[in-house]
Amino acid sequence: MTAVPQRSSRIAVWRAEKLFTVRNVALAVALIALFTAGPLVLGAYWTRIVTVSMIFAIAAAGIALLYGRLGLVSLGQVSLIGVGGWITLRVGHATELPFELVLVVAAIGTGLIGVLVGLPALRLSGLNLAIVTLMLAGAFEVVFNVTGFPNGGDGFLGRAQGGVLQQPLPRPVLGTTDPDYFRYVLVVSILMFLVIALHLSNRPGRAWAAIRQSEAGALAAGIGTVRYRLWALAVVSATTGVAGGLLAANAGLLDPISFKASQSILLFATVLIGGAFSLLGAAIAGFLSQGLPPLLDAWGVNGNLIFVILGLGMIQAITTAPQGIAGQLKGLATRLRNRFTQGRSR
Amino acid sequence: MSGALLVEGLTVQYGGVKPLDEVSLTFESDVCGLIGPNGAGKTTFFNALSGFAAPASGSLTMAGTDLLAMNPAKRARWGLRRTFQQEQVIHTLSAWDNIRLSSEHTGGGRTAVERAVDFVGLEGLDRAGSALSMLERRLVEIAKTVCGEPRLILLDEPGAGLDAGETERLIGLIRRIPEEFGALVILVDHDMDLVSTVCGTTAVLDFGRVIAVGVTAEVLASAEVRRAYLGTVELEETA
Repeated sequence: MTAVPQRSSRIAVWRAEKLFTVRNVALAVALIALFTAGPLVLGAYWTRIVTVSMIFAIAAAGIALLYGRLGLVSLGQVSLIGVGGWITLRVGHATELPFELVLVVAAIGTGLIGVLVGLPALRLSGLNLAIVTLMLAGAFEVVFNVTGFPNGGDGFLGRAQGGVLQQPLPRPVLGTTDPDYFRYVLVVSILMFLVIALHLSNRPGRAWAAIRQSEAGALAAGIGTVRYRLWALAVVSATTGVAGGLLAANAGLLDPISFKASQSILLFATVLIGGAFSLLGAAIAGFLSQGLPPLLDAWGVNGNLIFVILGLGMIQAITTAPQGIAGQLKGLATRLRNRFTQGRSR
Repeated sequence: MSGALLVEGLTVQYGGVKPLDEVSLTFESDVCGLIGPNGAGKTTFFNALSGFAAPASGSLTMAGTDLLAMNPAKRARWGLRRTFQQEQVIHTLSAWDNIRLSSEHTGGGRTAVERAVDFVGLEGLDRAGSALSMLERRLVEIAKTVCGEPRLILLDEPGAGLDAGETERLIGLIRRIPEEFGALVILVDHDMDLVSTVCGTTAVLDFGRVIAVGVTAEVLASAEVRRAYLGTVELEETA
């Protein structure tokens, strides 16, 4: 077995090369630039829009994980944002905990609820699962409409009747102004993306890929498919709960109208268009779902046309670009890199 | 070596159909063949062994372990490995990750992966599964089966889609598995050259029943086996 050490060292070099790629370095530089200069360049209005886009990008990353890696169609993710928001508002009003700890509580609570309502995913897949999750999203929509979101009142629901008594949840200490909250959300979003990326590139991600490829093949490889499906649901629900917490703190209040079942469909569509097989696609999806309508408004086009535009985008993605915009961008980058390296070698 | 696999009275029934009917076989060691015409029950036999088909009756024991008492994932962790007719290489993962996937759930560890990679002689481990040739995919499949401490390896048509030269390489690997890893190998394939070259003993299934078992050369020469494969008319014409 003399070849083993050579192979091991080759693999170590290969891993280091993977970590410090041009792409990763460029991404780090871009994120630092966004952190420092983003609010200055964007201005007040677009800073708020991009902040919400980043929050929805976290939920989109969860959808991408479920669909792109496990093959599960979940049409209830916006409801889970609502659950995370509800828990954040309720715990935030009821305790003196720092906002970061409230976010942790929201993540754990939403993770548990997500696993509970996602149990059908253990038995269902494809269209059946899509319909079940959509119906659950409808059920959450009704519940949110009936209970409303906590606004500083008493009782389990934490509702204060009357506008005067309503108390918005204060933003975290590190993000009281819009530019600071932009940066705060950017950092938390990066952390959530890292959580998902670490899962994707390690043991759970490989197990999920095997389950997507073939349930029988996964079992034959010794993978506990039920455990790993539950794990995926927990991770996705927890990160989506954090997104809900960030959204709740953004304005301090939440409105049930923001958590309609149709919003979940919209978000899923943007993930398909953005690219369900990469986190870049999720980031694009976050902007498409929250940034595109105001962008259309800014161009003098009715923002409600988003459904038509995303419908056309989905047709285009499904028929010609299954990897989404992210896949097309990656293809373009590969072509440019190849052209550049060929040019240098001449 | 892992010991013999004892199959006694194994019956799998779907409604009124019995893909396996009172199958009793003993697979002693090394590489054993399992052949039969399409629909004979070979894949159902593999499915019953690996836990994907629940037998109506019968027993499966190996090295004193009752295989039927374990679910498919537990059987894999115990040491039962299998491939499928349709290769299962995951396109989005690298070749290395495809192999590691098997090892990390069956207790093999990194050393086991490196040993398996070394055994099959696969290069370019960072390439995605989608970029691998058919031979390389089959090598990944073989590497997955030998990761860790395999006791029983079920190979379902491992030579499908390979040309003669590639099959030669595969033959060399399969023959070395029992000696290198101590596992019992059962091979299902329609390629009689592959079966006769690799398998010391062979069993033949037809309509879910065992119609012949013994030394491979003798089994393949048996008139009953030739009838099952070729049909009575062709046999009479040949005579």
